[in-house]
Amino acid sequence: MADARTFVSRRAGLRLWLSGGWLVLLTLAAVLAPFVSPQDPLAQDLFAARLPPFWQAGAEAGFPLGSDSLGRDVLSRIIYGARVALIVAVIAGTLTCLIGATLGLVAGYFGGWPDLVISRLVDIWMAFPPVLFAILLIAVLGTGLSSIIIAIVVIDWTRFARVVRAEAMRQAAMDYVASAQVAGRSRAGTMLREILPNVLPTILVLLTLEMGIAVIVEAILSFVNLSISTDQPTWGGMIAEGRLSIYQAWWVLVFPLVALFLTVLSFSQLGEGLKDRFDPVLR
Amino acid sequence: MSAFLTIEGLNVSLSGVLPILRSVDLAVHAGEVRGLVGESGAGKSMIGKAILGTLPRALRIESGRILLDGEDLQRMRPRDRRRLIGAKAALIPQDPLTALNPARRIGPQITDRLVDILGWRRRAALSRALELLDEVRITDPERVMRAYPHELSGGMRQRILIASAFAAEPRLIVADEPTTALDVTVQKQILRLIRDMQARHGTALLFVTHDLGVVSKICQTLTVLYGGLVLEDTTIEEFFAAPGHPYSAALLGATPKYTDPHGSLTPVPQSVIDAANAQLDAFDRARRQ
Repeated sequence: MADARTFVSRRAGLRLWLSGGWLVLLTLAAVLAPFVSPQDPLAQDLFAARLPPFWQAGAEAGFPLGSDSLGRDVLSRIIYGARVALIVAVIAGTLTCLIGATLGLVAGYFGGWPDLVISRLVDIWMAFPPVLFAILLIAVLGTGLSSIIIAIVVIDWTRFARVVRAEAMRQAAMDYVASAQVAGRSRAGTMLREILPNVLPTILVLLTLEMGIAVIVEAILSFVNLSISTDQPTWGGMIAEGRLSIYQAWWVLVFPLVALFLTVLSFSQLGEGLKDRFDPVLR
Repeated sequence: MSAFLTIEGLNVSLSGVLPILRSVDLAVHAGEVRGLVGESGAGKSMIGKAILGTLPRALRIESGRILLDGEDLQRMRPRDRRRLIGAKAALIPQDPLTALNPARRIGPQITDRLVDILGWRRRAALSRALELLDEVRITDPERVMRAYPHELSGGMRQRILIASAFAAEPRLIVADEPTTALDVTVQKQILRLIRDMQARHGTALLFVTHDLGVVSKICQTLTVLYGGLVLEDTTIEEFFAAPGHPYSAALLGATPKYTDPHGSLTPVPQSVIDAANAQLDAFDRARRQ
């Protein structure tokens, strides 16, 4: 038993360190972008176009991950793109979580007509194809950072509402909820102080997953050029540009893709790791 | 003397269609230990839930009154009812494994009611909780107060729930099959503990069970339910000497005898069940008219 427990905690620890490490590194780079990026991400230099990454022949100092067809430094653009990605991840993820989890908790615990209304709303929402819905929303709201965030919140709250509702229903049937009520707790008090702590690990995992999804959605939107203004570097935009010159300069496509992949993976692994650490039953 | 808990003509149904409790009358006097027996589905747990206000959503109180300390629960505002029940009644639940919140430490789960409902100071509530854990013979109460439920055994959790039920010195405790989920050796200890605590605190106890052996050890009076209908309301001595209803007699006959461990059990005869069902039908017909 002790062996199993240390094994679990060591694995959870490694997972937490790796994913947390990448996210901290990315955040630091994004915050300190003007100081750490080797070049101005927007500076074009056609004499330095399509420079390969540092380990290949023909690489140039100052362009460690190469340059794109306009001579812009890939690493610098990834670092500046991380700003957009992280802002969208944190703000959109948190807002989605707050709205979706609240609705799910109310529906699952109170049941009755609140559940009826919220569940039907979720059903209707789920019938929309999400990417088309996002593009439609951006078309209505106009491009820009806040539009992307609003679009993600409006589309993805159902993800939280569904899962949290089911979990809250399961918890509400437990004896400890009845005991709390006999002890004089109000309905709202029971929901917040008895049910919520038990649903919190689930919410935490969903939140970090959602941050990863927000990064992807932002990338998709900037891939189809519906994100923020086109001159600001975004990972999705870089991937879209890199696609055009994939045979001449694969690095323009691959490096932002790797950054995107690592970030989304880190968010989901961070959630799992945190859950293992904070779930009192697993701890 | 008027009873601490009086239930008069309580009718509960499943969304107005299926009767669950049929005009139940029940009284529990201060300090009395009343057994509430019946087979599965007889509605015995539902009486406890109706008193404590935790009936499942689909069940509705159609008519009847529940008076707790002279106050009609159905006529109170929900907030006042919660406070009254929180202060004067408590529950010892059936399954100790799900009756403690897994995400919270033991300490606050015991002191919550004292602090939030009765307005105690946190320090007073904490020392009261320690005192009670000691009273239910938990060793090292300080450590247990900081523990999470999953770190403790089932028997220990049931002791904690008993301590918690007595924490606010309620006048009435509903014990909903408190020993059913425990294994036999622990059952006996828990039963003795409940009896000792009841005697020391003078709390009235409504003991819901299907086990007549348990009833004979702890109860003074007894109510027999069948299909949500009260068949018999009697004292323990009279019940075991001469059951007042054929169904009661049959139940008694179906109990394993300590004196004859290898003797075969007599199931409740079909004729008795038919008679009891006929009584239910007669009741429903009389009500419809």
